[in-house]
Amino acid sequence: MTRVVSIYLPDLSTDRIRRADPAIPVEQAIAVIAKSGSKRWVSAADASAKKAGVRIGMPAAKAQALFQGLLMIDADPRADAAALERITLWALTQYSPIVAVDASDGIVMDTEGADHLRGGELPTLTGIANLFRGRGLMTRVAIADTWGAAHACARAICRDTVIIPRGETVRAVERLPVGLLRLPEKTVGDLRTLGFRTIGELSATPRALLTLRFGPEIGRRLDQMFGRAGEPIDPIRSSEQIEVSRSFQEPIGAAETIDKYVGRLVVQLCDELQKQGLGVRRADLIIDKVDNTRQAIRAGMAKPARDVAWLTKLFRDRTEKIDPGFGIEKLTLVAVMSELLEETQTASSFIEDVGEDLTPLVDIFGNRGQRVYRLAPVASDVPERSVRRIAATADDVDVFWSHQWPRPVRLLAHPELVEVIALMPDHPPVSVTWRGKRRRVKSADGPERIFGEWWQRTSEWAAVRDYFIVEDDAGERLWIFRSGDGVDGETGSHKWFVQGIFT
Amino acid sequence: MTAAREHVIADLRTRIALQSGPAKQSGCLPFGVDEIDTMLPGGGLMRGALHEFAGGGAGTVDGAAAALFVAGVAARTKGKIVWCLTRPDLFFPALAQAGLNANRVIFVEGDRQEDVLTSMEEALSYGGLGAVVGEVVRLPMLASRRLQLAAEKKGSLALVVRRWRRQSEANDFGQPTASTTRWRVSALPSVALPVPGVGRATWLLELMRSRAGECAEFIVGACDDQGRIDLPSRSVDGSHSSRRSRHSG
Repeated sequence: MTRVVSIYLPDLSTDRIRRADPAIPVEQAIAVIAKSGSKRWVSAADASAKKAGVRIGMPAAKAQALFQGLLMIDADPRADAAALERITLWALTQYSPIVAVDASDGIVMDTEGADHLRGGELPTLTGIANLFRGRGLMTRVAIADTWGAAHACARAICRDTVIIPRGETVRAVERLPVGLLRLPEKTVGDLRTLGFRTIGELSATPRALLTLRFGPEIGRRLDQMFGRAGEPIDPIRSSEQIEVSRSFQEPIGAAETIDKYVGRLVVQLCDELQKQGLGVRRADLIIDKVDNTRQAIRAGMAKPARDVAWLTKLFRDRTEKIDPGFGIEKLTLVAVMSELLEETQTASSFIEDVGEDLTPLVDIFGNRGQRVYRLAPVASDVPERSVRRIAATADDVDVFWSHQWPRPVRLLAHPELVEVIALMPDHPPVSVTWRGKRRRVKSADGPERIFGEWWQRTSEWAAVRDYFIVEDDAGERLWIFRSGDGVDGETGSHKWFVQGIFT
Repeated sequence: MTAAREHVIADLRTRIALQSGPAKQSGCLPFGVDEIDTMLPGGGLMRGALHEFAGGGAGTVDGAAAALFVAGVAARTKGKIVWCLTRPDLFFPALAQAGLNANRVIFVEGDRQEDVLTSMEEALSYGGLGAVVGEVVRLPMLASRRLQLAAEKKGSLALVVRRWRRQSEANDFGQPTASTTRWRVSALPSVALPVPGVGRATWLLELMRSRAGECAEFIVGACDDQGRIDLPSRSVDGSHSSRRSRHSG
């Protein structure tokens, strides 16, 4: 079952103007004026203009009269379309292999199998909304089972995001107005005249009458919305993207055949890349099937690649996920994101200790949805902050942790409260009770005092932790600390915690 | 008589080694401790083979000693190390203290146990790595055999750290696997120091299974900053107490 995300950009034209000219103050109201014949009317208005009473479709003179400080800018539908296309192309490289422009003010994409990479549907949607807002674009984002439903819901909501659960399409859209059905304006007007208000009413009406009066369009849109008819998304392409494809006279389906042709496409793509001196960072394999559905597999590379074996491996790894259905008509391989790739001379194998290039391996892990990283030190005394994750292919770090004090092998995610008998202020504990087990401390090292980092958090202004390494009778070693210096109550609660395990 | 016998046995060994596969000649990684190395066929941890490590006693759940032991083994190899896990609770400064360079270790974190096994297999068949480490709960026979074969093919060192979610699961360690050696590392009370403070950690190292070898037990001092272990009789003189706190009270 596919899941479709629809991104609606309600203020695209005003957002575009603001982005192009950052000198416009935030509080300045903007209205975009379109001309049709001798009529000048408002085609878009930003939030503050709308608040002042400017409505879309209102004559320009009226808007001007209504609101003194209104900044009126001539509409430029071509610039809007170009901006939308640019955003869509960017979304193609970021979110999903199947992304297309949706009407004049939206983006639609098939995110099937891509949501888990971002932690699920809700984080995906909020991530999109936040990212777009960060770049000065208002969005409404919806996810649903079909393009029609996602399109309608994105435009109907007044929240940033909405998730229509699987199979709940009917309930979600039946109350929405007929105008959201992606029908020609004239049809919508006629339907309104006939008294149809909601999509639910329309779908409950006998189909034959509507078809007789309006043609097959209404039935088609309803079927698409409710998922009774397929509506494949035709992904956007730019002329710079390198694309190779192969159509089949006789639909193919066997796994070996798919593998064979994927291999050939990869060779072709690498040839094309070679001609242009490029390496691919993200490549999509798009599978068109005979039943008019489309599936896509995306492979990402940690650095530009033009290696046939490497790319083939990345795709063959997942060809088993291809569901050929009734057969595959066409395979397309697109280099969605490519970068210049310079030829470099590799060191001869006579030199010892040549670092094996692990990038292909890192890519294999990454494309399977695993988190691949290296660890690097952070200049912080607080243990849980002293390690950060860096990219697996990042350059080597030449700073290291101080080896002065032994550190535990396992660090608990959250320090756990323990009961301790200890002589304050700076004697090590005599006994420690952790997870229900009481341990008599045979020997201990400490205290190692770590001060709070007030430049990170003001609450740590006076905070102190006194760390001890304790070993019990059985030889087990724990890393425990007391919050506070044992004298001054301001430095901490004087409670004891276990934070790490040595052996 | 004995010399002749040893000669014959050595000859047989090489012939068996020749028959059991071409990739087997990738050598061994010795511990540098004669008592342990002589117990192992080949004189160390066989490269191109799978080795299993688990914590004993209370350490079965966190496997901290086993992980540190493995880090020490990995530190003594050359090249990059791929460490596959599901619970990211390793504290790298400790591994760095066992001689492991952070630049060498690539972590692969998955959501499921199966991910760890497939990632390990992928890394092993990629080759060119110093060691491939994986932290797993269960190691079924089939999975261990796949790992062993992948390790044999490219001659990589495969190290599995077994850690269980609860202590009762640890009897799974008795189940047969295809690993070449199987170790259990448990904490022992350290040798008391003449001054207050914690001495060098002491481990009971149990070689529970060794293909073509015998089981054994050793009492060793924990990894030093080069990843080396040693028998504590030599560390009693205090030459390894440099890691002990200078501020102990």
